[in-house]
Amino acid sequence: MADKTCELVDCGHRACGGCGPAFAARLILKGSGPESIVCASTGCMEVFSTPYPQTAWKVPWIHSLFENAAAVASGIESALKKQGRKENVLCICGDGATFDIGIQCISGAFERGHNITYICYDNEAYMNTGIQRSGATPYDASTTTSPAGKRSTGNNRPKKDLPQILAAHGSPYVATCSIAYPNDVIKKVDRAVQTEGPCYIQIHTPCCTGWGFDGAKTVELAKMAIECGLWVNYEMVNGKVEKVKKIKRKPVDEYLKSQKRFAHLFKPQRNDVEIAKIQAIADVNAEKYGIDL
Amino acid sequence: MKGILEGSHAAAEAAKLCRPDVVSAYPITPQTHIVERLAEMVADGELDSEYICVESEFSALSACLGASAAGSRVYSATSSQGLLLMTEVCFNVAGMRQPIVMSIANRAVGAPLSIWNDQQDSIALRDCGWIQIYAEDAQEIHDFHYIAYKVAEDHDVLLPVFICFDGFILSHTYEPVDMPTQAEVDAFLPPYKPYNMLDAKNPISMGMYATPEYYMEFRYEIDQAMVRSLDVIRRVGKEFGQKFGRDYSNLVEAYKLEDAEVAIVALGSVSGTIKDAIDEMRADGKKVGLLRLIVFRPFPAEDVKKALSGIKKVGVFEKNLSIGARMKGAVGYEVKDAVNDSSVSVLSYVAGLGGRDITIADIKKMVGEIEAGRGDCFLGLREELI
Repeated sequence: MADKTCELVDCGHRACGGCGPAFAARLILKGSGPESIVCASTGCMEVFSTPYPQTAWKVPWIHSLFENAAAVASGIESALKKQGRKENVLCICGDGATFDIGIQCISGAFERGHNITYICYDNEAYMNTGIQRSGATPYDASTTTSPAGKRSTGNNRPKKDLPQILAAHGSPYVATCSIAYPNDVIKKVDRAVQTEGPCYIQIHTPCCTGWGFDGAKTVELAKMAIECGLWVNYEMVNGKVEKVKKIKRKPVDEYLKSQKRFAHLFKPQRNDVEIAKIQAIADVNAEKYGIDL
Repeated sequence: MKGILEGSHAAAEAAKLCRPDVVSAYPITPQTHIVERLAEMVADGELDSEYICVESEFSALSACLGASAAGSRVYSATSSQGLLLMTEVCFNVAGMRQPIVMSIANRAVGAPLSIWNDQQDSIALRDCGWIQIYAEDAQEIHDFHYIAYKVAEDHDVLLPVFICFDGFILSHTYEPVDMPTQAEVDAFLPPYKPYNMLDAKNPISMGMYATPEYYMEFRYEIDQAMVRSLDVIRRVGKEFGQKFGRDYSNLVEAYKLEDAEVAIVALGSVSGTIKDAIDEMRADGKKVGLLRLIVFRPFPAEDVKKALSGIKKVGVFEKNLSIGARMKGAVGYEVKDAVNDSSVSVLSYVAGLGGRDITIADIKKMVGEIEAGRGDCFLGLREELI
């Protein structure tokens, strides 16, 4: 059960100052409570929180491989069922593990209907290996494998819409949220763990190192993403979008300008064509989810 | 109770009597009959297990890992490409010391695609930290499951086990099998007591990452557990013999080796053909014997050395190919190292790949080659196709 006061991720872990995912981990466990078992994928969170012989996790935690957290969770959930136990089984995995290498295992687990909550902390690239693009990387972001250059404006594909893909599996509850709104994260995780069946939550977690901004501004960046419509917070119940966070929308410019991964769109001169394309992505989001106040 | 069982069903019936809490497997020829039989048992209420129909072998073993980490006894089965798709998880299961038991209906690996038998799949995974036991017949397939769980779950071992048997040759052949009762199995194999487990009342972290300061010691400990398992397998095999009358305390089987001048080393079902060939050759006055390796990992080097002592000519029958190695198969190196005597000739012979039939005539030809000191080659190649 949700308990906003509980701290189940200990201090002293090795995350960067201002790490979005580290904040997300604390919030997620406030939502799911101490009766939780966490399955992790290989990635930033695994590495910063569990350098043997230390661990930051005050709940049972297991990491097996990069791509199999959902399958490991399927096994755990089945074992708990056989043993008559009731813990909440969570996956907490990065976007590379979720959008790319692990999607088969996730699809299988969702199709089978395991009672698990899969949470993707989305920092929009492979941050643990040095900022390479993933299926969650936004259009035009410069990463080490989608670098902006003379013939490139960065990542040339839009972000994959994973919440819709998982909703199409018949998931009873799919939600997006952001560390900019901590109570909303806690509430959505609480709702997911209390919903029978496979639930999916995608939490936007800015990465100061990978995106290139001051770690003191992580929450501010997360908020800006929502305010310009490039990130939308909503809940989907049985495939239908409900409860969208409405906003007075701002242009995408300020959000883009505040991060190094988009710096090439402004230097040496402003790239109006590309910025307009990104603005169009936000406009489509606004239309699709009805976010405009 | 005696029954006439297909090899696959000998595995499934034993798996059932071991009372796995969770079964997860993906169908692949020639393993399929095992998971089908288990699914029927669950559907009929004969087996009270969570049966997870996964979308791949990769998820099958991953789910088994999760269930095992959560404190359950688990079972899986696979073959060939399926085992290779599990490879990353196989290393991980052993590294995380989860006592999972998995039946392997041995099959060739591609390319080219072949559904027929050789032992390339399990031999390719010889270094992943799983105990590997090879059955010769359906009775052994059956019995080895009880032994495997007991060995795997021993707190001096805590390593996973492959029970290997030749696809089609054993998996699809019917033989009489003596099956213990549930009560007898329960008395031999008590309920699973995990060494540690995921439990909200006593939180632990599993599968963390280790820096260069710590990693090697973990790997050392896995190796030591594998070495310790030699004695545990002997002890459990003996205990099984005392309870059920079939003693498996020996990790190798010697057949007419005492006075042999030539020894063949082999694993699995081909041993039966070799024994028949030996009987015929003995009738002709040829002093030939067989050393069957029942356990390949851990490698029972002392037992091999002892069994082969005094024999100068050894030929290793390889149903696998170690591509690019001087000796053609992977088993030969281990035997040569175990013998450790430069006056003894140890040669390897690759045969029966991809289901190529192995006849008594082939074995006799092989013995001729061993005697002539010609080896480290393929037996029965069709020259016209090369």
